Parts: sequence; structure tokens; C-alpha cells
Amino acid sequence: MRADLALIYDWIPQGARVLDLGCGDGTLLAALYRYKGVTGYGLEIDADGISSCLKKGVNVIEQDIDQGLANIPDDMFDLVVMTQSLQVVRRPDRILEEMLRVAHECIISFPNFAWWRHRLALGLRGRMPVSRSLPYAWYDTPNIHLSTFRDFAELCRAQGHTIADRAVGNGNGEGRWRHRRWPNLFGQNAIFRVRR
Amino acid sequence: MTEESPPLQSTGLVTSQVARFDTPLPLACGRELPAFELVYETYGELNADRSNAVLICHALTGHHHAAGYHHVDDRKPGWWDAHIGPGKSIDTRRFFVISVNNLGGCHGSTGPQSIDPNSGRIWGPDFPLMTVEDWVHSQAMLADRLGIERFAAVVGGSLGGMQALQWSITFPARLANAAVIAATPKLSAQNIAFNEVARQAIRSDPEFHDGWYAEHQALPRQGLRLARMVGHITYLSEHAMGARFGRDLRTDRLNFGYDVEFEVESYLRYQGDSFSRRFDANTYLLMTKALDYFDPAGDSDDDLARALSPAQCRFLVVSFSTDWRFAPARSREMVDALLRAGKGVSYANIDSSHGHDAFLLPNERYAAVLGGFMQRIANDIETIDANRPSGDGAHHGETSRQRMPNDQRESG
Repeated sequence: MRADLALIYDWIPQGARVLDLGCGDGTLLAALYRYKGVTGYGLEIDADGISSCLKKGVNVIEQDIDQGLANIPDDMFDLVVMTQSLQVVRRPDRILEEMLRVAHECIISFPNFAWWRHRLALGLRGRMPVSRSLPYAWYDTPNIHLSTFRDFAELCRAQGHTIADRAVGNGNGEGRWRHRRWPNLFGQNAIFRVRR
Repeated sequence: MTEESPPLQSTGLVTSQVARFDTPLPLACGRELPAFELVYETYGELNADRSNAVLICHALTGHHHAAGYHHVDDRKPGWWDAHIGPGKSIDTRRFFVISVNNLGGCHGSTGPQSIDPNSGRIWGPDFPLMTVEDWVHSQAMLADRLGIERFAAVVGGSLGGMQALQWSITFPARLANAAVIAATPKLSAQNIAFNEVARQAIRSDPEFHDGWYAEHQALPRQGLRLARMVGHITYLSEHAMGARFGRDLRTDRLNFGYDVEFEVESYLRYQGDSFSRRFDANTYLLMTKALDYFDPAGDSDDDLARALSPAQCRFLVVSFSTDWRFAPARSREMVDALLRAGKGVSYANIDSSHGHDAFLLPNERYAAVLGGFMQRIANDIETIDANRPSGDGAHHGETSRQRMPNDQRESG
């Protein structure tokens, strides 16, 4: 399992009702169903992801999260997860509010644009950074809202939410996820647990 | 096709069977059928647990012949052969598939063309109007007869999908999964309006004789033909019709008359003609009424989530992007209601240019979605099968006996 998914897996309590926004091939939900007695759904728009979920027995609904979560009642879930999708949605601020409407807690992971190598690329080389966590060229990237560890913390504060936990890790999957002294500088990927 | 080998991946030659029931079936309309017959086909083998049965429910003009061929020289296989067969989405190597002709049909099950035991003459228009729920009850009686307590899945498209949905409400403990394809939780005013045009076309045909055409040695062909033509328009998308026919003319110039000029006219007439030769008018009327009446939320203050609250199965809901008869939004209503009711549900909207008809046609993504869902069901059944302690000392029996005491899930 991808490093950020493994950490999120650990953070999710037994038997929780979980909504996974952009659930991909359903790896996280399948593990949560099986070993943690979790129930819930994934939302996905990628056809291959949806088929993989179905084969794994993961409840997956073809739904574009940019269209909002209006079909999901308040507090229907204990927890909403969104991994590596914050940067591709049209309005990250609205998604965050929606997530904390349908559950009291959410876990979000995203690439940290302020990671030192990203800064080097932009600051010294004057080029848009390309890395494991941001693998696209500027002209064909799905990433339309890049942000930093600190930016996201600020958004949570502005919306009046509580940051219950956070961690950073490197981008190649075997990251040691933890608080670092300078997470905004040394974390390639950021992960937040936010409560309303 | 050569004599001894039907095409690869085919169910091959199949034969229909008839089940006769002498217990009366009470109907939603208040009347009852004193006795009835259901004609059905089965494909694949029922496993020892009787846990791998899949029920296929048919649509408005469908029937029990869903897969394979009746004769080696049949031109076409069953209506859902694209999806039922060895290695197909509904894999007959893994599932025992049952496909039944609904009551009121005209392909062998008791219907308007059958003899009314009370009067001794054919039922004709006196045949009671059926509802989706009535069909589900009759299908459950067939399941009893075949010794199937619980279906691995009930699967259907269009009106068949409505039956799958109804199954989950009427007999929640008797199915593990439901696949509701190109369906709707209820017909819209526009849907009912199209049905009414079709019915009026039939009923206003002078050969209809108030439904007693058989006694008059007549057939309301013209009416059926029109009914099918208008129905057919709603099965195709504007794009599909445009791509296939455009404004193409049969001859190279306009004739300034009312004979067939445009290709699309020719196509519709052909569809209408062939349909009017093989379908019974009273059955068509009755089937369209069953569509109109379907409204499982009607008894729950239009709260579909509440209507679905008894359901215990997992759902797959599938819609097609250009289906305007039962549009994707109608499938979303079912998905959202199932979500609100906290039921296990998956949903896919398949890109297709074929409109409502897409549910009958081969499509790569459709196969991946339905096939993926069914594959998972088959895997689960076969896992349970392999883990059962068996007295014969088989290899897998040994390991599962050792594991049993510690594994709570196995004992449930």
C-alpha cells in the first residue's frame, strides 16, 4: 500500500463509516473493510478505478467530486478521506467544507509545493517543479490548485476547523511519516487530520 | 455456423422448460390466478450449496430465451447472449442462470393467449393486469420449485432492472446482490405518455376488437406496428439514429409522396412489421401498464430510501450516457436513495451512443463493470465453498478445519 494510504489506514478507527473521495482502485477501502470492519463508499470517475473497485467488492459510485456532495446527507459518515486529489479539484475550500459537513472528521493528503526541492526548481532554476509527487509537465498537469503544508493549515484555521493530526513524508512510498521540525520545507507530501 | 459447434463463448444449444403451479397466485389488482405456468431456461450448473443461482429478469418485450441457441440453424442467439455465457459477464461456468418469461407474456408463460380455466376460452383482454411485484412473487415460486432459497444475484435491464429492485424490497433475504441496469424507480409523465400513445395505437386498430381479436380471427397488426415504432424511437438516442440513417434517402431524389423516402422511415416500418408478427397485442398492453404502475416509493410517501430500507443485498446500478428513456439521472435517484438508506451500492454511468438499447449491446466498459461485479460474487461463493470443512479429507478441508475455531467470520 502507498505510504500515505498506510498511515491513513492506521488513523482510521475500527468499524468507522468512511467515504473515500477519489478512491482510485479501492485499495484503502478494501483493506479497511477486511481488517477493520469499516463500512462505506468510494467516489471515483476513472473507469479503470471503478472496475477495480467492483472486483474488490468495494462500493464505488461514479461521481465527480467537483459537482459537490449534495446527494450525501449531513453526518452520514464518521470520516471522509481524500488522498492526492485536493490539488485537482476546482474549489478545494468548498470540498473541505463539504467533507466536514458529511462527517465530523476528514483526512486529506496532498503534495507539498513548498518542499525544498520544489522550491529549488522554482527559486533557483526558475522552472516549474517536476518530482515524484508532482510528476507532470506544467502544460498537461491535472493539478490546478497546488498548495503548501502551511497554506492548508491556514485554510483549516480560516474555516474554523481543528487540525487533530498531521504528518509529512517523502514521495516514493516508503516515507517515514512524522512531524518534522520544518514540515513545510522537508515534507514532500502532507497529510492532515481535520475536525470541525 | 457449423452443425456441431455453436460459436465460441456461447451457451450452446438450450431448451426451454415449463413449471406448472396449481396454487393460486394473489395479484396486486385484487384478482388471483388460479393456476399458471412459467416457461424458463437455465444455463450452467447449480452448485452443491445451491448458492450460485442468478435470476435474469426481462424487459418489456423480452422473454426467457436470454442466451444460447434453440436450434443449430437459429440466426440469432438469446437476447442477452452478449452478457451471458462461458467467460462472459454473467459467466455460466460459475453461475447457474435462470431466465424466465413473465406472467402475461406471449412466449409460453401463462398470459392473454392462454386458456382461462373458468371460462374455457382464451383469457384475451380478461387476463388480469400484472405488476412488477406480482412477477417477483411468481419468480419466487419458481425459485422454490428449483430449490433455490437465495439468489446470488437478481439481474435485469430496463423493466428487468425494476424487477431486480423490487426483489430487494419484497424478498430481502432471498438475494445477495441486485444489478439494476438502465432502469428507473418510477416512470415519468413523459414515459407514461409514450406508453399511452402505444396503447392507443393498438386499441384504436379496428382489428383489435376490444382485445378479442383472436376470437375474430383478426390481428391488430397496424396498431402493434405503430406501438413498436413509437417505442423504438425512445430506445435509440438522437445521435444513434442520426449516425445510422441521417437524412439518407432510399432513392436518390425526393418523390413528393407518402411512400418510404427516408431510410429512417424504412427502418421503423421494418421494425414495426417484424414486431407485429411475433408479439401479442394484449401482452404489449399489459406490459406497458406494469411499467406505468411501478413505483416502490409510492407506499412510503415517495421516500425511496425508506422504501428500500428492508433491502439486505448489495446493489450495482448501471446507466448509459445517451439513454433518454430512463436517463442516468433516474439511476442516480436510486443510487442516492440507496446511499441514504446505508445500503451497499455501486454505480457506473457507461458512455454509449446507443441510448436505452445500450443495455442489450456489447460494450467494453459495460462488460468490465457488470463482469467485475459478478466476478466478485462468484469469487465469494467459491471461497466459502473451498473453506467449508468437508468430511472427505480433501486438502482444503484439512486447512479450514484447523482455522475454523479461531475465525469468527466462518461460524456466522
